[in-house]
Amino acid sequence: MTHSMDDLFSDAVRQLLTAQCTPQVVRDIEAGQSAQPLWQRIEASGFADALVSEAQGGAGLSLSAIYGVLELCGSFCLPVPLAETMLARALLAQAGVTCPAGSMALGQAASGADGGLVCDVVRCGQVADWVLVSQGMNHEATSGSVCLLLPVSQAIKSPAGFCLDAKLVWPHGVVAAAQRFTGHHNIQTLQACIYAAQLAGAMQAVFNRTLQYANDRNQFGRPIGKFQAIQHQLAVISEHAFVARMAAQLGCRSSTFMPDRLCVAVAKARTSEAAVEVAALSHSIHGAIGFTQEFDLQLYTRRLHLWRQAGGSESYWYTVAGEALVEHHQGQTLDLIRGVTDSAI
Amino acid sequence: MSALDSLTLTSIPPEDEALRAPVRAFLADAMKKVPAHIRAKSWAGYDTAFSRELGRRGWLGITLPKEYGGGGRSPFARYVLVEEFLNFGAPVGSHWIADRQSGPLILKYGTQAQKNFYLPPICRGESFFCIGMSEPNAGSDLASVKTRATQTAIGWTLNGQKIWTTNAQACEYMIALVRTSGDAQDRQKGLSQVIVDLSLPGVTVRPITDLSGDSFFCEVFFDNVLLASDALIGDEGKGWEQVTAELAFERSGPERLFSSIVLFDEWLAFIRTEAGRTPESVRLAGKIFSQLAPLRAMSVAVTEKLARGMSPIVEAALVKDLGTGVEQFIPSAIADDLFSRDVQNAPLELLQTLNYVTQVAPSYSLRGGTRDILRGMIARGLGLR
Repeated sequence: MTHSMDDLFSDAVRQLLTAQCTPQVVRDIEAGQSAQPLWQRIEASGFADALVSEAQGGAGLSLSAIYGVLELCGSFCLPVPLAETMLARALLAQAGVTCPAGSMALGQAASGADGGLVCDVVRCGQVADWVLVSQGMNHEATSGSVCLLLPVSQAIKSPAGFCLDAKLVWPHGVVAAAQRFTGHHNIQTLQACIYAAQLAGAMQAVFNRTLQYANDRNQFGRPIGKFQAIQHQLAVISEHAFVARMAAQLGCRSSTFMPDRLCVAVAKARTSEAAVEVAALSHSIHGAIGFTQEFDLQLYTRRLHLWRQAGGSESYWYTVAGEALVEHHQGQTLDLIRGVTDSAI
Repeated sequence: MSALDSLTLTSIPPEDEALRAPVRAFLADAMKKVPAHIRAKSWAGYDTAFSRELGRRGWLGITLPKEYGGGGRSPFARYVLVEEFLNFGAPVGSHWIADRQSGPLILKYGTQAQKNFYLPPICRGESFFCIGMSEPNAGSDLASVKTRATQTAIGWTLNGQKIWTTNAQACEYMIALVRTSGDAQDRQKGLSQVIVDLSLPGVTVRPITDLSGDSFFCEVFFDNVLLASDALIGDEGKGWEQVTAELAFERSGPERLFSSIVLFDEWLAFIRTEAGRTPESVRLAGKIFSQLAPLRAMSVAVTEKLARGMSPIVEAALVKDLGTGVEQFIPSAIADDLFSRDVQNAPLELLQTLNYVTQVAPSYSLRGGTRDILRGMIARGLGLR
């Protein structure tokens, strides 16, 4: 177990985010203020290079070693793509592509008019400096797909659902000039891995806040947490947060920076399923105050729904896991479960 | 650190994992002719000869010290064995309670003489135990038990009644939670555990038929049963603490995830065929799989705490409430899948297995503490009570 090293790393990120990523900063960036000051603080810390090999100037950590950091990106509602940048930089370094400064989002592109490229939804596309784009759908990631590094500053940007996300269109000239390489990763698997961990982090934050609220809020002459109906709802939230955290850890179970697709399927399916329940129960316990913009709960619960969708909802990943179990596995289910859960691999 | 972030991914040590291959080879042969709807009885299925065979092979009491005939191994060794038993649907009911909790309880609280007397036959599969907790008016409210052991010059006189006692009709002994001082108002105080030889005069065991037609649980009457003084296990008045410590063993094991696994595997065999496979069934298979896998990781992580001598009661309650939820979802979802089709072509054996598991599934969230009791315990662990 090398947990002490991982914990030191997580503790440092927690300190940084506690100081720099306050609820007010999240609100300001969501409202359109520049994310650059926050990103610069994170860049200066060096955390974004954690997955890059030591030989190439990074920390050379594995995905499982940075699980705690991914979780913190969720529990602090981090409005810049740190997790995505960590993975993108590792991919670029591995491919021998020179990595520019700045934050990086991940995108799946389709061909646009006149040889350009279109990404309909780029998570954090409004605040990222770059997008690491994969062309076409590449589920199996066997033959590899063309990947390009495209600057957000040269894209035509339009809204895409969540306020930090964007639809980005690059004209032919920008695409032609972009750095490109052949990637053997699947963008959706990477995204699902990240958002599963962020969901787990956000669910723990929601659970802690809801528990605190139930202890503080008085009705009928006592804290509402003294009522059995509320206690049982909190118990259910804790169960979901608890199992989501274990599932998200399974998704990051890798000795390299690349996740395993079946482990990710389990992680993203289970955390997405839990997110809906946790969001609903926490709002139920908070009552009307939780529905206001002023109260912080919404920062988390809006993201529970967002990250449930991002990288594929539970049903997308049920099918991925189901195909592995039904089509590519014979015999007892236990053996495939062991393959996902036995941490010694 | 709260219970919520206290569990981390853990691996089963290689020396314990090494037990899997031999036990699987044995089970593959022993279970090959048993149909799925019988294997689905899981740890409610009984076969004393089978239990003795496991004892001969050294697979009972594997966590008990070698000096008592046990295996001297860690809880992980038992985890591997039990996981295999359950996934094959092996009839492990006879020795289940003795192996899981009575043996460890006697090891922890028993006198040297008690350990010497009770543990070796447990390890041989020759001595089976049941748990005497519930009474007609003490179910979820366990502290209100009224069965009383009164001290005499030579031991104890036992009077009262237990109910819902699993497998009492086929056991040699019951470890009963009884009142040894005070009365019902004293609640947890004044309770003790006694080992009752069920062949003693004054003991009457009556099986109760359950809704599936089986008789796995019983009512047990005690009418002036004379117990020797060494029937007391552990300290007088410490029964509640001893019972509570047992619950972490009782609530977090593989039996809280895999009660419906024989049905799930039987259904998977059908949807792996051309006639059985639909996109909806593949999706459902993935949903169930993605619920089982994290639970198994949690259950292994709780076992790691047990192996370190801790008593992770809240974590165990979380595992059980979640695990029994999946176990109950499986028959319900499989029924919906099979009967949402235009063509009803499921094999008879699958339908019989589904029928059995559907009937017994309510018991999953009753045995070992109801959902509401578990959620109350979790709430207490969260500091709400």
